Amino acid sequence: MSVIILLLLISLLLAGGFLVAFFWSVSDGQFDDAYGSARRLLYKDESDKPETKE
Amino acid sequence: MSSTPFTTRLRCDHCGEFCPDADIYLGDKMFCCEGCRSVYQILSTPELCSYYSINAHPGRPQREPFRSDKFAYLDDPAIAAKVIQFTNGVQTHITLFLPQIHCSSCLWLLEHLTRIDAGIISSTVSFDTKEVFITFRPTTTSLRQIVEMLARIGYEPHLSPGELSMNRQVEPRRKHWYKIGLAGFCFSNIMMLSLPEYLAGPEGIEPDISHFISIIKILLAIPVITYAASGFFIQAWKGLRERYLNIDAPIALALVITFGRSIYEIWSGTGAGYLDSLSGIVFFMLIGRWLQDLTYRAISFDRDFKSFFPMAVQVIKKEKIEQVTIENLKVNDIIQIHHGELVPVDALLSKGDAQIDYSFVTGESIPVPIDKGMIVYAGGKQTSGRIELIVVKEASQSYLTQLWNRDATEQHKTGAHPFIDSLSRYFTYIIFGIGVIAASYWWFHGRPDLMWNAMTTILIVACPCALLLSANFTTGNILRILSLNKFYLKNARVLEMLTRVNAILFDKTGTLTYKSKMQVSYEGIPLNERMKNDLVQLLVHSNHPLSKAIYHFLNVQPDHVAEHFKMSPGEGIEGWIDEHHIKIGSPQFVGAKEIKNKSTLSCISVDQIFIGTFTIHPEYRLGLSRMFNQLKERYTLALLSGDQDSEKETLANQMGRDCDIRFNQRPEDKMHYIQELQQDPNARILMLGDGLNDVPALHQSHVGIAVSDGDNAFAPAADGIIEASHISILDRILSYIRAGKKIILLSFGISILYNVAGLYFAVQGTLSPMIAAILMPMSSITIILITFGLSNYMARRYHLNLNHPES
Repeated sequence: MSVIILLLLISLLLAGGFLVAFFWSVSDGQFDDAYGSARRLLYKDESDKPETKE
Repeated sequence: MSSTPFTTRLRCDHCGEFCPDADIYLGDKMFCCEGCRSVYQILSTPELCSYYSINAHPGRPQREPFRSDKFAYLDDPAIAAKVIQFTNGVQTHITLFLPQIHCSSCLWLLEHLTRIDAGIISSTVSFDTKEVFITFRPTTTSLRQIVEMLARIGYEPHLSPGELSMNRQVEPRRKHWYKIGLAGFCFSNIMMLSLPEYLAGPEGIEPDISHFISIIKILLAIPVITYAASGFFIQAWKGLRERYLNIDAPIALALVITFGRSIYEIWSGTGAGYLDSLSGIVFFMLIGRWLQDLTYRAISFDRDFKSFFPMAVQVIKKEKIEQVTIENLKVNDIIQIHHGELVPVDALLSKGDAQIDYSFVTGESIPVPIDKGMIVYAGGKQTSGRIELIVVKEASQSYLTQLWNRDATEQHKTGAHPFIDSLSRYFTYIIFGIGVIAASYWWFHGRPDLMWNAMTTILIVACPCALLLSANFTTGNILRILSLNKFYLKNARVLEMLTRVNAILFDKTGTLTYKSKMQVSYEGIPLNERMKNDLVQLLVHSNHPLSKAIYHFLNVQPDHVAEHFKMSPGEGIEGWIDEHHIKIGSPQFVGAKEIKNKSTLSCISVDQIFIGTFTIHPEYRLGLSRMFNQLKERYTLALLSGDQDSEKETLANQMGRDCDIRFNQRPEDKMHYIQELQQDPNARILMLGDGLNDVPALHQSHVGIAVSDGDNAFAPAADGIIEASHISILDRILSYIRAGKKIILLSFGISILYNVAGLYFAVQGTLSPMIAAILMPMSSITIILITFGLSNYMARRYHLNLNHPES
């Protein structure tokens, strides 16, 4: 039954990886300004050409 | 009086305000003022016109042009150093506070500043704090150029001495995220690891696997209790040191006991412990706290008066103009103040026509003329042209500073303990009582082994976490809904205080009335068109706000402009038009001795014959009568105005005859009035005011709410800020806040029911551990859903706005 223990460890390791990724994103400042980031995403691919209203 | 119907009026393509006349345009675009047009001109270039396509009318009105040398002081290296965060000669970093930031168009524009000024390397906006972080090359551009460019496109930075960037407060918020993330991770994994044991049934699982799982569970629970829950222990310890039992104390105790007993059960092999419940509770409580602390970061509630002044003023030294910071002004310096600027220190007028608007300091709404050699107090705003003044008192000694620094006793505010604290205190005593009774019962029945068991079970089950959860989630949601209705509170404690308020005091100018709008009425011999035209010809020459108001009231285009006229500052204007001698001004000036002189009156006479009187009324905000009627049913109302009593009748009609309405109240009178009311120990006073003259009163009252017109960054220090346009829904806001307290009590009652039911089954041993493990987070989630649903439902019932303005 030791395979269960191995599986548990792997799952914990995986989840731990996500936790580390979360910590990383927080320390990177991604959670500091939720509004700005959400809007900024939409402007990224705009070119210098004037946009037309839909 | 405008006769144009609203439907046909055009809106400015920049700011969306109605265009007063149709002659300011560019291509097919219409504008309300020259300022808007010039901003549009800058921004409509191909590189930047996305600004106008993201949102319609993204701009702010630009009626007030800024003086070309307004920011000249930023060329002074010593002053610039206060703004610059870092520079190495190649790159300079600055963070500017732009209170005008309000929509996604602003965000877009301010992040594309490089296209306007090539010297800017990058610009990043922090929307929550309304700040822009700019990196630029000091060799190609300068701080002054950037600030002037921002001001030109309608984002004049708020530069003020000694204010820290809000971005520096980012660290504690990140810490909270770490804690939530960690607690969530540990909670979900402990939950998962607990499942095998719950599902295994009576025969259990293999001992070595069970042993292994238990060790991992303990390892996962340790960071929860030592790091994620550390805030509760710290708060509890702080409370205990001040000999005060706050809500964190019983929670900290329950956490320790749950953890200890779980370790004991696992170690002795008597049970699986409660580590999943423990980490789950910590996780939910952290989310609750985070919700409640979601205050509005761009709003500072502790602004001191200095932030209302510019960083520097112009000092005239031997024909040269120097920029001097306000702290460095010396007695006998000659300072130069321009139209629309605040006088930063007490000073004597030496040159120019001074029309000082003291509404900021005294609440008096109409500018007063100052004669040469008379003193102008700090905080007065010059409303006509350029003046020169001689400093008589340094900034730290001025009347305004003293007004501000007068230490109103803060004890009313700190002395009021939050209601969840007092509730949790009773709760703790009762739980301890039950625990001790249960323990002694088993002790005297000779079962000391069961004694500890009973006591810890009671403490674990009765943890007031649900109370904290429901309180935090409800207040968090209420604060959020209030902010959508332009009512911003400093913290949850203020919310709690507002439920106990029983008297409301209002300031008049700027609070109940519009700051700048005025209404004019005329009494006397009816004016014909010819007469009106003659008056307008004279009035054109005067910059006094009264003249301007009358000019707009008459609404006639002058066919000539009077050539022979004489202005007597502080009295009036006279002139000859078509062989008639026309005078407009104070009663003495026109020779109407029977009329009492008031600053809100302007009389006219033709050829020494008295014709009539114009009276200026402040314009009241809409919906006040309805609000007063609603509020009167529950609260004692009163009005404290720094103004003259010319509005007494109007106000008495609106507020009711029985209300205390006082005029000519100096700032300290307002404070004393509140102190008198506070002689009654049951009085809980809410004060609403807008000016610096209300600051002592705002401090003295139990809750002081500052009323702000426009950008809420510019309100005096207070417990909360309400946007002036929303003051007429104050009654609904207060009803909603009272309903919020009931929601907390209700959800607390539900959670107690949960606990009692859980305890009942647990004692009988009929509840399987798995059901218990599922019920625990379920109960937390249902409480959260109930508080959320109820507070949203109540907001709808009181017709409060629930949607974000932009979505």
